[in-house]
Amino acid sequence: MSTTTPSLYDGDRPLFHLAEEPHHPDGHSTMLGFWLYLMSDCLIFAALFAMYATTAQSFGGGPGPKELFELPLVALNTAMLLFSSITYGFAMLVMEKGNKGATLLWLAITGLFGAAFLSIELYEFSHLIHEGATPQSSAFLSSFFTLVGTHGLHVTVGIVWLITLMVQVGRKGLIPANKRRLMCLSMFWHFLDVVWIGVFTFVYLMGVAR
Amino acid sequence: MSATPAETHGHAAHDHDHDAHHGHEEPHGSFKGYMIGFILSVILTAIPFALVMTGALDKNSTVVAIFAMAVVQIFVHMVYFLHMNTKTEGGWSMLALIFTIVFVLITLAGSIWVMYHMNTNMMPMTPRQAAAQFGG
Repeated sequence: MSTTTPSLYDGDRPLFHLAEEPHHPDGHSTMLGFWLYLMSDCLIFAALFAMYATTAQSFGGGPGPKELFELPLVALNTAMLLFSSITYGFAMLVMEKGNKGATLLWLAITGLFGAAFLSIELYEFSHLIHEGATPQSSAFLSSFFTLVGTHGLHVTVGIVWLITLMVQVGRKGLIPANKRRLMCLSMFWHFLDVVWIGVFTFVYLMGVAR
Repeated sequence: MSATPAETHGHAAHDHDHDAHHGHEEPHGSFKGYMIGFILSVILTAIPFALVMTGALDKNSTVVAIFAMAVVQIFVHMVYFLHMNTKTEGGWSMLALIFTIVFVLITLAGSIWVMYHMNTNMMPMTPRQAAAQFGG
């Protein structure tokens, strides 16, 4: 390197070398990096929420939230996601104790609640489209499907990630790398629940209340 | 995070040393913490749904109440499920969160404000109104 980059030399001062590369423990910055990713994801949702807010009254002569949304269904959906949050919490607790079997069990339960959430959401979407309330009907419905659909897509990816990690934990056990991955997914999963609070308040409850 | 026997087991000795010195300090939840968060979330979800479904309050109070409870619930999730505090990652997580909240608020408030004014100033007309105004 010294022969190819002579410009790095400054007079007779030697090029500074560390005797030993500073050693960072493997994955020591993963959690912060993942948190920054979540924050940037938050900005995506902020843009989608803003879009929904500005088009929430643009029904284009089509049906509005009061005619379309079924709150009991949304309440059931919200319960599914909330249950999946607490069961993921239990998975993290047994993971800390190093109990592989229990971790896999709680992860599986979490995945089932997530799948239930998705099924209910897809049922709702198909029901809306069947009634003629398609994304093409009005600006309100376009932004509704985009916002709620993006959240649903995140949950789908979360479930795929969850299954992947279950396979990895099953094969390699609760090694530090797998624990780190489970902690990242934990943040992702709880983050999606936080976004859902915004969705059910801002989209569903506000839509029906006003 | 203090290095627990289970974690250091199988690490090389120098690795263990590093873990002990500048090991990450991921906050871990406790069973109690998760249960408190869960129960608070259930309450803070059930009340707004009940308010809207029964129509117990008038419209404006309902809207204010459900928004207030959403903000509190987001806070509960951040503390009890995401374990946010000012110590995590030497404060950088909190800094990123505060920056994001500011950005989100500007995005939301700005969009709603601007589009509201555009809507009022460029009021879309029904065909009948347009006919009356332009003599169509």
